[in-house]
Amino acid sequence: MQLVNWGLGLLALDWILLLLAGWLLLGVLGVFAWQRFTLVAKVLFPLGALFALGLCLAAGSALTGPTEVAVLPLGLPGLPFHLRLDSLSALFLLILSAVSVGVSLFSAGYFRKGEGTPPGLMCLEYHIFLASMALVLLADDAYVFMVMWETMALSSFFLVTTNHRIDEIRRAGYLYLLMAHVGAIAILLCFGVLQMHGGDYSFASMRAQHLSPFWASLAFLLALFGFGAKAGIVPLHVWLPEAHPAAPSPVSALMSGVMLKTAIYGLLRVTFDLLGAQLWWWGVLLLALGLISALYGVVFSAVQSDMKRLLAYSSIENIGLMMIGMGLAMLFHVYHMPALAALALTACLYHVASHAAYKSLLFLCTGSVLHATGERNLGHLGGLIRFMPWVAWISLIGALAAAGLPPLGGFVAEWLLLQSFLFTPGLPNTFLNMLIPILAAAVALIAALAGYTMVKFFGVVFLGQPREDKLTQAHDASALEKGGMLWLVGLTLLLGLAPTQLIQGISPAVRQLTAFDLGSAVVNNSRWLLAPISVDRASYSPIIFLFGVALSFALTFVLVRRFYHGRMRRAAPWDCGFPAQNARMQDTAEGFGHPIRQIFEPFFRIDRQLPSPFDAAPRYRMVVSDHLWFCLYLPLARLVEWMSRGVGRLQQGKIAVYLMYSFLTLVLLLLVVTQ
Amino acid sequence: MTPYAVVSQALDGTAALLLAPLLIGWVNQCRAWLQNRRAPSLLQQYRVLHKLFNKESVLAEHASSLFRLAPYMVFGCMLLANMIIPMLSTDLPLASAADAIALVGLFAIARTFIALAAMDVGTAFGSLGARREMLIGFLAEPALLTVLFTSSLIMRTTSLARMVEIMTLQPFAIYPSLAFAGVAFTMVSLAENARIPVDNPTTHLELTMIHEALILEYSGRHLALLEWAASLKLLAYSCIGLTIFFPWGVATNASLASLALALPILLFKLAIGGAFLALIETFSAKMRLFRVPEFLATAFMFAVMGMLVHFLLGA
Repeated sequence: MQLVNWGLGLLALDWILLLLAGWLLLGVLGVFAWQRFTLVAKVLFPLGALFALGLCLAAGSALTGPTEVAVLPLGLPGLPFHLRLDSLSALFLLILSAVSVGVSLFSAGYFRKGEGTPPGLMCLEYHIFLASMALVLLADDAYVFMVMWETMALSSFFLVTTNHRIDEIRRAGYLYLLMAHVGAIAILLCFGVLQMHGGDYSFASMRAQHLSPFWASLAFLLALFGFGAKAGIVPLHVWLPEAHPAAPSPVSALMSGVMLKTAIYGLLRVTFDLLGAQLWWWGVLLLALGLISALYGVVFSAVQSDMKRLLAYSSIENIGLMMIGMGLAMLFHVYHMPALAALALTACLYHVASHAAYKSLLFLCTGSVLHATGERNLGHLGGLIRFMPWVAWISLIGALAAAGLPPLGGFVAEWLLLQSFLFTPGLPNTFLNMLIPILAAAVALIAALAGYTMVKFFGVVFLGQPREDKLTQAHDASALEKGGMLWLVGLTLLLGLAPTQLIQGISPAVRQLTAFDLGSAVVNNSRWLLAPISVDRASYSPIIFLFGVALSFALTFVLVRRFYHGRMRRAAPWDCGFPAQNARMQDTAEGFGHPIRQIFEPFFRIDRQLPSPFDAAPRYRMVVSDHLWFCLYLPLARLVEWMSRGVGRLQQGKIAVYLMYSFLTLVLLLLVVTQ
Repeated sequence: MTPYAVVSQALDGTAALLLAPLLIGWVNQCRAWLQNRRAPSLLQQYRVLHKLFNKESVLAEHASSLFRLAPYMVFGCMLLANMIIPMLSTDLPLASAADAIALVGLFAIARTFIALAAMDVGTAFGSLGARREMLIGFLAEPALLTVLFTSSLIMRTTSLARMVEIMTLQPFAIYPSLAFAGVAFTMVSLAENARIPVDNPTTHLELTMIHEALILEYSGRHLALLEWAASLKLLAYSCIGLTIFFPWGVATNASLASLALALPILLFKLAIGGAFLALIETFSAKMRLFRVPEFLATAFMFAVMGMLVHFLLGA
């Protein structure tokens, strides 16, 4: 609203398009400055961050402003791009731009010369990736949505395969591309179903249609499959733990922090906005899939020994939690309980925002660790808090937020989700109102396991003694990298400490989908006390909470010094008096994951090779892998191979045979036509 | 915020700080009597704390600042937890800052910090303890939350102070679901407070230790703070139990007389609770570590059953 006044009569959408054009321009400049590394790193990427900051302001003002539409004369003749900026798009755009400010700043200090793709080209891919994600959020017809969706997939594929000289990375990129396209086909089919009556691919006409429950359900299932493949819900998650470690860290940060959320956006757009969330079993399906993904993700995350894989699995868990929120919102919506639908949807959207902040932050931290040590394997790290204190303390905040601890961002979302679970006994369906509240216990288990995983992540990487000698040479992050990470730390803290204000901020988007204004209800109750329904029912105030912890902390510190003393002495660690200890005797990542491996054994496919007592050089090897890969993906791959071999038999390479095919086709067609 | 609220909040915090070591002393005394030993003084725990505070703190050579920060953090969290739980009065200004779910979050912060601090020095025992503590944490936390959910589904609130008010003001009723929740809560409390059969609070230098392994590297004032925090945790769990299952006696109306009456009632309830704990500890043997997940899974199942019973019977 304010921007309109500053900005020469330009609407927020115009500003956004100008800034996106600015991103693309930066990308093109990067290609022209192909070899000029300093220019690309020190000028273009920070400028990208600046544009992102502008985008933040524009999207923030659009969140509360009126819906804006635009038609761009791009694309095919007679088929222009329809764009629309409503509150939901603005919210996701705000998340995208806020995260990319930090990531672009970090990238300016991160990318080095001579690692695969040259930095200039990388700059182009990176900015196209950002702009295409933004345009996915702005799309108002299926055509521009699909074009941008594919651009997003392709640009991110090239970013993932930056180090394309490594075999493993090429394979990961291929798997990612494959899953992205299988998903895209489903989304395309979904849009096909949605326009079945009108033949018009604009979202406005899809919204106006009334599909029969069968076709609506078909469209929902296709959307769930398509967007699920991008979001990484189980069993479509296999690409995530492969692609994230392969990509450079800022790219993983963007993919996990923002790109996965575009799938959540797409699912919300199609199911709530275009289809109008009609049937209760859609909500139950979302809930069930979300629960399975969350549990699966967190259990696998706890046993990983590669730090980026660990974070990738944790993203699957978080996507699952978002789906649970969405499913609850849908259930409440179907049964006409708008206030509770708004509460559950707020939980989902809040989780989207806070996960975007802390997961990008954690991926950036792994990037700094990777640069400083060259190691991604937890088994070769350790003790880094002494050599890179900045990165360590920053990742501690990220890890605490990811563990869902108050007073940080992750906890608010979890709290809202659990609160909405406690209202499910009010559902007017006899089975649902008994079974669904029980699932709250499962959500509590998932949240607690996330804490376990994050302690493992932070403890093994940053605490203890260095497991390799070279780690003592590790250096802290550069100034630009620190700047990017600190921005995201700021976001994480803001999300944790000002939930009332932020919930009020996102309430236009929630109102758009559920027709209930939770924001004013929250603020009416109290400004500093988050009480979504009423203060008597439940309340949480992170500011007072933080104040309480800080005050008890400070008081204890001062009183202990005042009444006693501050004497302290350094000595060798005690460790029950055992003198000959070394860094190898600490718990490893595998050791830390052992209880989880034992308790959740059916989840894993464990391949153990134990040494015999007579081995001269005994080796102990254990590989933990995913059942689904062997039970679902490999058979599928074999099936596809078998079918293509069958098709291959048609190709004989002789012109006579091909002529015969044409002849037979003609005869068949004639038969059909004459009948 | 009324002056009464400030008074009751201050009283709640002070009482927690002073009562926590006393509760430990009482449990130890009961245990000694049950085991036909001569009991240590009721005030023994205060003497231990005083001694530790006076001692010099010895830090491991490469301990980071996280290691020094953790005891204060843990102590601060436990103190805040006690100030949120309605121990003497329900009119607590801090209580609205955190409901039952946030309270569990508070315990989780303390656990995370103590586990991280144990990993910081990089000794074999420290990381072993951290792993075990987190193992118990992730199994006990959902069980505790489910118990609290059952209670909040009955009372239609997640605020502990409100629960007490509703329970004491309405006519007395028996909730079968709370019986299941009670069993689950007792099991969780045993595990979370490192008591037999999960962990032995009096042991040291034993391969199966959990709590002791965590704080092995601490000494002097840091150790004192951690010990005090552990006793505050026991008090907090006892008071949560009292809040959910036996809330009668907590001052719900803003009068100093009821506040004055609440203290002896609380002492009486804690004395019975402490004796009960000593009884459980005397009658059971410590479990092998890998039986602990089974024990806690049972607790979790009991809690979930409590919830199911609530839906089936509507009470």
